[in-house]
Amino acid sequence: MNKLSAKHSLLSLDSTIIQKCIHCGMCLPSCPTYQETKIERNSPRGRIALMRAIAEKRMDLTASFAHELYFCLGCLACQTACPVGVDYKTLFEASRQDIEKSKILNNPLRLLARTFLINYLFLSSRRLRTFGRLLRIYQRMGLDRFFKSLPFLPAKLKDMLAQIPSIAPHFSFELIPPRELPINTPTRWKVGLLTGCIQDLVFSKINRDTADVLLYNGCEVICPPEQGCCGSLHAHNGEMETAERLAKKLLAAFPIEELDAIITNSAGCGSHLKHFSDLFPPGTFWRKKAEAWDKKVYDIHEWLIKIGFSPPQAFASTNQSHTVITYHDACHLCHGQKIKNEPRTILQSLPYVQFIELEESDHCCGSAGIYNILQPEMAHKLLNKKVEKIKKTKASIVCTANPGCLLFIEKGLKKHHLNIQTIHPISLLAKGYKLKDTWSSPFLQ
Amino acid sequence: MASLSFPNEALRSLIDHFPESSLLISKEDLIPYSFDATATFYHAPLAVLFPSSIEDILWVLQWAKSNHACILPRGSGTSLSGAAVPQKNSIVLSMTKWNKILETDPDNLTLLVEPGITTQAVQEEAAKFSLFYPPDPGSYKISTIGGNVGHNSGGIRGLKYGVTRNYVLGMEVVLPNGQVVWLGNKCVKDSAGYSLKDLFIGSEGTLGIVTKVLLRLIPKPQERQVILASFPTLEAASEATSAIIKAALIPSALEFLDQKTIECIEAYSPAGFPKESQAVLLIESDGHPQAVQDEIIRISQVLKQYGPLEIKIAENPKQQEQLWSARKVAFSALARKAPTVLLEDVTVPRSSLAQMIHKIQQISKTYAVEIAVYAHMGDGNLHPVFLGDEKNKDLMEKVFRAMKEIFLYAIKLGGTVTGEHGVGLAKKEFLAYQYKSEEFQLLKNIKKILDPDNLLNPGKIFD
Repeated sequence: MNKLSAKHSLLSLDSTIIQKCIHCGMCLPSCPTYQETKIERNSPRGRIALMRAIAEKRMDLTASFAHELYFCLGCLACQTACPVGVDYKTLFEASRQDIEKSKILNNPLRLLARTFLINYLFLSSRRLRTFGRLLRIYQRMGLDRFFKSLPFLPAKLKDMLAQIPSIAPHFSFELIPPRELPINTPTRWKVGLLTGCIQDLVFSKINRDTADVLLYNGCEVICPPEQGCCGSLHAHNGEMETAERLAKKLLAAFPIEELDAIITNSAGCGSHLKHFSDLFPPGTFWRKKAEAWDKKVYDIHEWLIKIGFSPPQAFASTNQSHTVITYHDACHLCHGQKIKNEPRTILQSLPYVQFIELEESDHCCGSAGIYNILQPEMAHKLLNKKVEKIKKTKASIVCTANPGCLLFIEKGLKKHHLNIQTIHPISLLAKGYKLKDTWSSPFLQ
Repeated sequence: MASLSFPNEALRSLIDHFPESSLLISKEDLIPYSFDATATFYHAPLAVLFPSSIEDILWVLQWAKSNHACILPRGSGTSLSGAAVPQKNSIVLSMTKWNKILETDPDNLTLLVEPGITTQAVQEEAAKFSLFYPPDPGSYKISTIGGNVGHNSGGIRGLKYGVTRNYVLGMEVVLPNGQVVWLGNKCVKDSAGYSLKDLFIGSEGTLGIVTKVLLRLIPKPQERQVILASFPTLEAASEATSAIIKAALIPSALEFLDQKTIECIEAYSPAGFPKESQAVLLIESDGHPQAVQDEIIRISQVLKQYGPLEIKIAENPKQQEQLWSARKVAFSALARKAPTVLLEDVTVPRSSLAQMIHKIQQISKTYAVEIAVYAHMGDGNLHPVFLGDEKNKDLMEKVFRAMKEIFLYAIKLGGTVTGEHGVGLAKKEFLAYQYKSEEFQLLKNIKKILDPDNLLNPGKIFD
């Protein structure tokens, strides 16, 4: 076991982290799985009690424990609820790392899926894009609809096929040049833009919108064409060493010293990107680089508020009616990064918009990375709840700042035949700016 | 695991009787039921049963009797006395899925609920009808009505509105002998014999299994105002409290927080408590707007005589809510200070508050044990929080000695060892000091009459 793995194992973890939990139960009402089952092992304090039993060698790491840790969404709502400040994320990631090392859950299918997704596909941006191109062709030819119409395909497989999101017509690097300068505003900042993996394939438009918004607010945008996955997916799924490799790639891709900030528009990535230094042993070259990096990573909303963004202008001449919008807090934005007010401030600054609060806006929608594929039953229970709450707001647009949530909520709304759009707040802001004139990048078609 | 010492065939018959989904028996399932919110008490149950009917409860009672096991009725396990920690050969009877509202009766201002419903859900249901359910323990978001009844839970509004007991009109109880009884009714007055329901309130699951609760609701106060006053010493804040009570002013809450507590809750979620003052009083007045206005002025006048550093009035409902939410996490937030925190709830007559607070400071120094204090000051209910470390035996020894001295002093002042958390395991040892032997025997006799086989939560309150 190397130094890194030692930090990410229950047995060698600093014992004060686990002992911090006083099992007071304040986390119970916040936990989506406990709220559904009312069984203590499905709660944060229950899971921590099991982790502690393993750490103190009162219990072996069993398959049942492993299943429990994959039943947990990793939404971190418990971290927000915990008055003591228990670092559940570290405990959760250490547990999953131990589980993967123990190979206790291994079966051929799981191994194949994990190897393909986590250790092959998401490891290289080239592979991801090649895969994306193939998928694009498959979808353009209508093969997805064809497969779905085949009567003999098992429902489970059809459902899995339906989970595959539409691949965007362009990848991020085709929409965003490596370096771009503001046109009508003086350059005040120089920032790096992270394009991500799923965003790159499915939401490259959101990446373009992010670049536009940054340019509009006086930021020079540096966007390396080869970035790849940040490793958040791997860290959450017990593959710390791979997470480390991917982090190194990103650290090397950006001129960290030259930048004022490094911007992400994906909540799940941001919550991992801000803690790269945790991946490397103190004193090492990579650790130092990662420490400089961590200080500069900002979620786009957080950055815009920090630099005092310009709200879009309203025009008295435009006789537009108000659109009702609402906002769903992505777990890794509100719980993982404690960013709650910033997206709201931005959305409320938009003209011709009426902002309505969503009840239980910070409850997980069930997407949770690849949770919706691994635990479809629980994921859909949470999704249905979310859709009900969205419906209640009577909004015609629901905003959220995470690709997983965007896809999953969109799916839920469609299933319930609701004509409500899902949009990233930054795309809406970009749209707000475009109401005005033709400032936007000529690079955008 | 406890099950090893328990006959396998007996356990088998239990497993055979219930569907897999309602009976938990694996190690991974039982460890999370081996504690409540009290530090230092751990014991895994034999099994956890989620009953789906009264018949299930009757069956498991009979089973326990035949197999020398016992039953622990449990809500959300947020008890602070160890009352919800299993003992040897316990079956946990989890009532958390019995969480329905059975009837809201706005004509009689009553609410009939199942015991697993949370205190918050009851408060919210009452609010829908512009009514009010005042008991408000710190864990209200998750604590259950069944658990509240079992502990006669209080909270921050005890001073003006009383505690759980004052809002229970009736209940359905399964007795250890298998009879199902209904105690109480919707009447405001009832002199028909002994008030049997009151026996079960605060009985910590030792006398019966509560399966329905009829609650009394009151009109929702129209207006509320919150005062935040900071003081240079703990004694000044205590004296100011006694003076408010002496002036016959009864605000809806009168809370005290010392500097250590403020520091911790501000670290969790900044709510605007002044971090530099030694003690703070958080006071709420509610009722008719004019009466509230008048009370706020009179309370402020009293406060001013005790040298406050600052008196502030919360500007809007959002600010009020912030202060109260922050106050409610005080205990858990204090766990930031030490690996093991022990929370007690000694209560004294309100004229003795300054004496008690002073004594706690003294004991803290004598034993070199850090003690933070927050309190429902208005009803004399103090929460000294002992900062310890389970792994440091010497320190824990000192903590328990300091604790004992505080209990004994509270009794000497005419107080009680527990105002609202119950006796459970944690205060069992001290109960005998509070009662004379014949009084103590009376307590035990009641248990013997109702539960001669000691089936329900044995070893709690007394041995």
